Amino acid sequence: MTLLTVAHLGKRFTNGVAALDDVGFTVAQGEFVSLLGPSGCGKSTLLRVIAGLLRPDSGEISWSGMRPELGFVFQEPTLMPWADALTNARLPLDLKHVPRREGQGRATAALARLGLGGFEQALPRELSGGMKMRVSIARALAAGPKVLLMDEPFAALDEPTRQALNDDLLALAKEDGITVLFVTHSVMESSYLSDRVLVMSPRPGRIIADISLNQPARRGESFRLSPEFAQAQRLVAKALLVPSPAREALVGEAAVAAPALRRPEGAKKP
Amino acid sequence: MKRLFELALPLLLGVAVLAFWQWAVRARGIPVYVLPAPSDIARALAANFTSLMTSLAFTLTVTVEAFLVALAAGVALAIAFSQSRLLERMLYPYAVILQVTPVVAIAPLILIWVGFDHVQTALVLIATLVAFFPILSNTALGLKSADFNLVDLMRLYGASRWQILWRLRLPTALPFLLGAMKIAGGLALIGAVVAEFVAGSGTATGLAWRIVEAGYRLEIATMFAALALLALLGIAIFAALSALERLLLRRWHESALIRPL
Repeated sequence: MTLLTVAHLGKRFTNGVAALDDVGFTVAQGEFVSLLGPSGCGKSTLLRVIAGLLRPDSGEISWSGMRPELGFVFQEPTLMPWADALTNARLPLDLKHVPRREGQGRATAALARLGLGGFEQALPRELSGGMKMRVSIARALAAGPKVLLMDEPFAALDEPTRQALNDDLLALAKEDGITVLFVTHSVMESSYLSDRVLVMSPRPGRIIADISLNQPARRGESFRLSPEFAQAQRLVAKALLVPSPAREALVGEAAVAAPALRRPEGAKKP
Repeated sequence: MKRLFELALPLLLGVAVLAFWQWAVRARGIPVYVLPAPSDIARALAANFTSLMTSLAFTLTVTVEAFLVALAAGVALAIAFSQSRLLERMLYPYAVILQVTPVVAIAPLILIWVGFDHVQTALVLIATLVAFFPILSNTALGLKSADFNLVDLMRLYGASRWQILWRLRLPTALPFLLGAMKIAGGLALIGAVVAEFVAGSGTATGLAWRIVEAGYRLEIATMFAALALLALLGIAIFAALSALERLLLRRWHESALIRPL
């Protein structure tokens, strides 16, 4: 079922440079979609337009039915430095005037789901980069979003931390049936996480490839080392390099290649 | 032990300077109306203790009142600026004009307008004008310094302007405000002193006037005693505001953190 339709979206920066040009795609309910492209290709702008934080100059965003509850995670943890982890995670609930006790419970639960049980009273400065990002995700989840918009959330983290967060994010999104739109410039990350990768060209940003990956539901270490993952990465990396005229051919190839990526029954977890 | 020594270091220097001063004045036979020795100043302080303390209380009252008025007005105006760019555009130039115009030059006018019947009100007003600007400009800057991603996030969750102000902008501005308060505290004292100088004889009874008065009478030791009290007052104000800053920021702000390594 289509949840989000983006049609003919255009956006110029205030200095007149085109940030987005005729961007169009759809996202299905429960899908994990990555927006992949080089720095400055308008990925973040696109995400902000979808969130309703920026108005597009042309085109439109439409949700099937009412706009669902959105969560947003930035590249930086974006926490209030004077407030502890619990207060930070409770922020969306406080803003919506959820009763304090209920908010407290939901925020505590969200922190626990991200492995931060016992760190409720910790201030951001007392937490590591990865833990701060976990608080940021807990804050987004505490509000019970249907859609999670993530703007290069793990770009500043070291590789092991990043992998752990990738796995946790995937599990949490699946568990809650959350649709995720994930902006990244990492081929590896997008190939690992996504059901679909939308590849964007640099200025003006437009979608140059729409690659469906048929991913196993459970990934983890064995999948990271599998030839299927390597092939998915190759596919995505190639799309990033190919100039736009060839994109039709590539989307065709992806559709053919996708079945090969399906894992055998009972794919194992490490 | 090393820490104790470091704490005592400025004190030791002070004592050494005072001792040298005492010795130099006595050894060279400098007359007391040119440069009184520390012991002469102490004697003058003891002799005029009650009246000097009354003057101290007067100056302190003017300073504290002016500081509080400047604080309230500065923060209120900064908040208004943060809510309306139009208002900021309109009023900020005048705030700057008020800041760059020497208050000594406006003071006689204010005294005439407020009237010599309400001299204390006039003094507070003059000192307020001196202390006001750093509060306004720093708080306005602080309110603008809120993480714009957090502002966006709060908007996404449907936060009202009031919620963004209360939950994000004001806490962000707090370190800026506390820094400004330390400056404004000292400025309020300077303002009070200048105002007393301008207000002149018979009306003001603060420490600054005592200095002028003692000067007329060539009671240089009393002059020094009043001066010392003024300096102590300034130090006390600064220390109190620094303590407040540490208290409010020590848990989270970089400036107040004690690094474990």
